[in-house]
Amino acid sequence: MKKRHMTALSRRSFLAGMGAVAAGITFMPRRGFGQEEEKLVNFYNWDTYIGETTLGDFQAATGIEVKMDLFADNDELFAKLREGNPGYDLIVPTNDYVERMIVADMLVPLDHSAIPNIENLGEAFRDAEFDPGRKYSLPYMWGTIGIGYRKSALDEVPDSWKWLYDSDKYSGRIALLSDAGTIIQMGLKYLGQPLNATDPELIKQVEEMLIRQKPHIKSFAEDNGQDLLLSGEVDLTMEWNGDILQVMEEDDDLDYVVPKEGGLIWQDCLCIPKGAPHPQNAHALINFILDAEAGRDIAEFIYYATPNAAARALAEDAYKSNPAIFPPDETIAMLEASIYKGEDYQRLVDEAITRVRAA
Amino acid sequence: MDSWRKFPLVFWLFSLPPTLWLLLFFLVPLGLIWLFSFGEKQGIVGIDITWTLANYARALDPLYLQIFVKSFWFAGLTTLICLLVGFPVALAITFAPARWRPVLLLLVILPFWTNLLIRTYALIAVLRTRGFLNDGLEWTWEGANALLTLVGLGDLNLLGERFQPFELLYNNFAVVFGLVYVHLPFMVLPLYAALDRMDKSYLEASLDLGASQLRTFLSVVAPLAMAGIVSGCIITFIPALGSFLTPDLLGGPDSQMIANVIESQFKSANDWPFGAALSFLLMYVTFFVLALRAFMTRGRAGLDAA
Repeated sequence: MKKRHMTALSRRSFLAGMGAVAAGITFMPRRGFGQEEEKLVNFYNWDTYIGETTLGDFQAATGIEVKMDLFADNDELFAKLREGNPGYDLIVPTNDYVERMIVADMLVPLDHSAIPNIENLGEAFRDAEFDPGRKYSLPYMWGTIGIGYRKSALDEVPDSWKWLYDSDKYSGRIALLSDAGTIIQMGLKYLGQPLNATDPELIKQVEEMLIRQKPHIKSFAEDNGQDLLLSGEVDLTMEWNGDILQVMEEDDDLDYVVPKEGGLIWQDCLCIPKGAPHPQNAHALINFILDAEAGRDIAEFIYYATPNAAARALAEDAYKSNPAIFPPDETIAMLEASIYKGEDYQRLVDEAITRVRAA
Repeated sequence: MDSWRKFPLVFWLFSLPPTLWLLLFFLVPLGLIWLFSFGEKQGIVGIDITWTLANYARALDPLYLQIFVKSFWFAGLTTLICLLVGFPVALAITFAPARWRPVLLLLVILPFWTNLLIRTYALIAVLRTRGFLNDGLEWTWEGANALLTLVGLGDLNLLGERFQPFELLYNNFAVVFGLVYVHLPFMVLPLYAALDRMDKSYLEASLDLGASQLRTFLSVVAPLAMAGIVSGCIITFIPALGSFLTPDLLGGPDSQMIANVIESQFKSANDWPFGAALSFLLMYVTFFVLALRAFMTRGRAGLDAA
C-alpha cells in the first residue's frame, strides 16, 4: 500500500514540477535575436534633476521609453554599480566620481559620432581635467556649493564659512551637509588651504574645529538642508545652489551666497556604465538632453547652471542673469573642483567625521 | 497530525522551496559578507579574501567601541521605556471586555501597515520647531498669556516675552522617542500573548489571601508573564540596536549609532571588509543575547506547561 501511495504522488508531483518549470521559463527576459535594442533605456538619476516633460518628449521624438530610478548621493550610485551593473544604461555621477569610475574601469567610452549635439556645449566644457577628451562623460549640469540663508533672521550677508565652522553667533540655527568629503573640503577652504589637500595634519585641524563647533550645529543634513531652511528649522545651511534656488522660488526671504574664501565647483556628467543593456538608446538620450531646446527646458525647471551654450542662449533672462546660478568671474576664480584623491583619503575623512560625530 | 516520517517525500517536497529560499537568499549572502570581513580592499572595487583579522582589530578600536556602547545604551533605554509603557497597555487589553479586544489589538498593529520611513517622516512633522507639538504648546501658551493679560498681569511677562519652542528634533531625545514609537507594538504583542495565557484565578486567589494590588502584581503577574517580558525585550532590543533610519532622520550631530557607521562603510568610505566586520560583531552580540535567553528559559519550560 505504501508503494502505491508513493507512485501516485510521484507522478502528480512530477507533473506539478514540470508545470512550475514551464511557468518559470515564460517569465525569463526575452532576448531579441537581432541587433535592434528594445525601445527602452534605464536612466539612473538624482532626484528632481530632470525637466518636467523631458522624458515624455524624448519618448515622443524617438519612441524609446525611459525608466528613471533615483539615487540620493554619489556614494549610493557607486555602491550600487560596484559589484556589477544591475541594468542601468545612463548614470549621472559628479566629476570626482567620474574620475573614480574611470580608474575602476566601470564606464564605457562614448561614441561622439552618435551625439552630434556636442556642438551645443560651451567652449569651457568641451574638455575636462578629470576626463581628457571627454572620452567617458559629457557635462549635464554644473554648480556651486555655498550657504543658503534666511535674510530676515540674520543681520548681515553670511559670506564666510566662519558662520558655519567657527562661530557660535547662530548657535542651533546651522546645518551642514553630511557628506564627509564635502564637510572636510569646505573646512579646508575656510582655513585657507586648497580644497584637495590630503595632509592628515590639515584634516585633523578641520576635525578639531568641527568638534568645537558641534554644539552649535543643529543637523548634518543629508540632502534636505533646503527643506530645513524653508521650514524654519535652521537659518543657515551649506547646500548646493540649485537646491537653494528651488526653495527660493517658494520663499522670498531666502537667499544664496558663495563664501569669500571660496567653495566647490562641481559638474555632474552623463556616463554609460559597463554592462549597459541599451547603449545605443543611451547615446540617443544623451543627444536629446544636449539639444538646445530640451536643455533649456531642463535648465529652467531645475535651476542649475547648464554647460549647454545653445540652451543658455534660449533661456529666459531671469535664469541667464541669476548670479546664484551663473556666478561672476571673480567668484568662479575662488572655486575649486574636487578631484578623486584615492581610497586612503576616503578612509581618512570618513574616520575623521565618525570621530566628530562620536565626540 | 501524522508524523512526517511516514511520508518523507511529502515532507521534503514541502520543505524544499523554503529551505532553498533560506539557503540562496539568506545564508549564501550572509556567508559572503562573513568572508568579506576577513578580506582586504584591492584597488577601488576589488576585495581579496586574505583571512586577515585586521578588520576585527580595527572594529575593536575605542572609537567604534564607544559607538557600540552608545547604541546599546539607546537600545536598552528604548526597551526599558517600551516595557514600562507597554505593560500597562497589554494589561489593559487583557482585562478589556472580550468584544473590545480585537479593536484594541488592531489599534496597536495598525502602524505596522504604514511604512517605517513614512512613520518617521510623520514624527518629523510632529516634533519639529513649527510642528504639531510645538504649535499646540504655542497655542496653549498664547491662551495662558491672554488670560494673564485679562487679569492684568500681562506686563509682567510671567511666561516670558515670546513662546520659545522646545527643541524636540535633531537630538538624542528625538532618536529615543522615535525608537520607542516604532518598537512599542513589538513589546505589547508578546506581553499580551503571555498575559492572555495567564490563569486569572491566580490573581483572585492572591487578592483573597490578603495581598495588596501591588504585591499581587509583583509576585504573581510579573513572574507568570516573565516569558512574555523576555520575548518582548529581545524582539525590541535587537532591532533597536541595529536601527539606522531613525537616528539618521531624527538625530542630531551627536546621535550616531553603530548601524549608521556600518552604512557609511558600505557607501562613502567604500570599505566593505570593515563594514562586514562591524556587522558581524553586531551579529555575534545578537547571538549571545539569544543564547542567554535560551539558557535562562531552559528551566522555565515546566512553568509554562502549568
